[in-house]
Amino acid sequence: MSHKHAGSLHAADAEMAINNARDVYTRRQEGVSLWVVESKYITASNPEESESLFDPAEDKIYRHPTFYDLPDELEYI
Amino acid sequence: MTEITSLEERFQAKIDADQRIEPRDWMPEKYRKTLIRQISQHAHSEIVGMLPEGNWITRAPSLRRKLGLIAKVQDEAGHGLYLYSAAETLGVERDELIDQLHIGKAKYSSIFNYPTLTWADIGAIGWLVDGAAIMNQVPLCRCSYGPYARAMVRVCKEESFHQRQGYEIMLTLCEGSPAQKAMAQDALNRWWWPALMMFGPNDAESTHSAQSMAWKIKRFSNDELRQRFVDMTKPQADYLGITIPDPDLKWDEEKQKHDFGEIDWDEFWKVVKGHGPCNKERLAARVKAHEEGQWVRDAAVAYANKKVNKISNNSQVA
Ligand SMILES: [Fe+2]
Ligand SMILES: [Fe+2]
Repeated sequence: MSHKHAGSLHAADAEMAINNARDVYTRRQEGVSLWVVESKYITASNPEESESLFDPAEDKIYRHPTFYDLPDELEYI
Repeated sequence: MTEITSLEERFQAKIDADQRIEPRDWMPEKYRKTLIRQISQHAHSEIVGMLPEGNWITRAPSLRRKLGLIAKVQDEAGHGLYLYSAAETLGVERDELIDQLHIGKAKYSSIFNYPTLTWADIGAIGWLVDGAAIMNQVPLCRCSYGPYARAMVRVCKEESFHQRQGYEIMLTLCEGSPAQKAMAQDALNRWWWPALMMFGPNDAESTHSAQSMAWKIKRFSNDELRQRFVDMTKPQADYLGITIPDPDLKWDEEKQKHDFGEIDWDEFWKVVKGHGPCNKERLAARVKAHEEGQWVRDAAVAYANKKVNKISNNSQVA
């Protein structure tokens, strides 16, 4: 199950953080699972380096299934 | 000096290239201050905005209306929270921001200094006030400061329910008895001009605008957004069969937009400066809520400390 950053909040402990996150960030069924972590424990990639980090994957289309030519009549593959 | 200049040039180049500024990026002190002011005022507005509508929760005319109104007011609390969190990424403490509101140093949207006299006001607020807020907020989703822009995406998603529930209330009243329709008209009469004031002073008088535009905090001018709001809202009033209280409001075929009358700027500045019908009442209600909630904050801190002590005691044993 993939988790996405929803936002930040204040809480006295982890359990309270879960309760607050449920109230603030899932009022419209935005999620079915919550993770909370103290912001001081997060190390993030530098947005300025996103080109050098992520662009190299752009020309590696052979990592995708559609790169490989197979006849149309073939099924279940 | 040259170092600052080049940092500032790089910063502006980034903005010109439509890249987002993130909390850890270098930014000019004035950019940071401007954002703290704007985001915190925005947060205060969401929180103070709960008061005029909260006034009608216990008197909503049906369970359906009550559920909708509670959900809307709860959303506004959430909006305040997203925005305080966004402001905190700029290195300011929430307590500090809330103190500034309570001592009257920080402003909030003047619209909330008007009273909600009848149930129709809840309809008019959702339709017009949330409508004007959406008009202001949608461009903020592309604001140059990342955390603010992301908070606004979330806020805008939630706002459209607010506007629709408001319009539905107006529609129901307008399809009801003559007395109910008159109530809707009266609410429109009282909320129309304050709603137009939400877009701020005319462009010529707007002090912060030019810099905010260059920094892409702001994308459209006050007058542009106000014009769009009038053009969007007039047909909606026609559909309800009630009249916008402006004799100068008419469609200009040539310009393809509505002409409309002059705002009473004396009233605008009077309310901004604290002399609106409810300024004192709103602030007093906020201060009271904050003071009466002190025990909750104390308890949370005491609980957190107790937990920390427990963990360190345990690790000593181990
Ligand atoms: Fe809101
Ligand atoms: Fe709203």
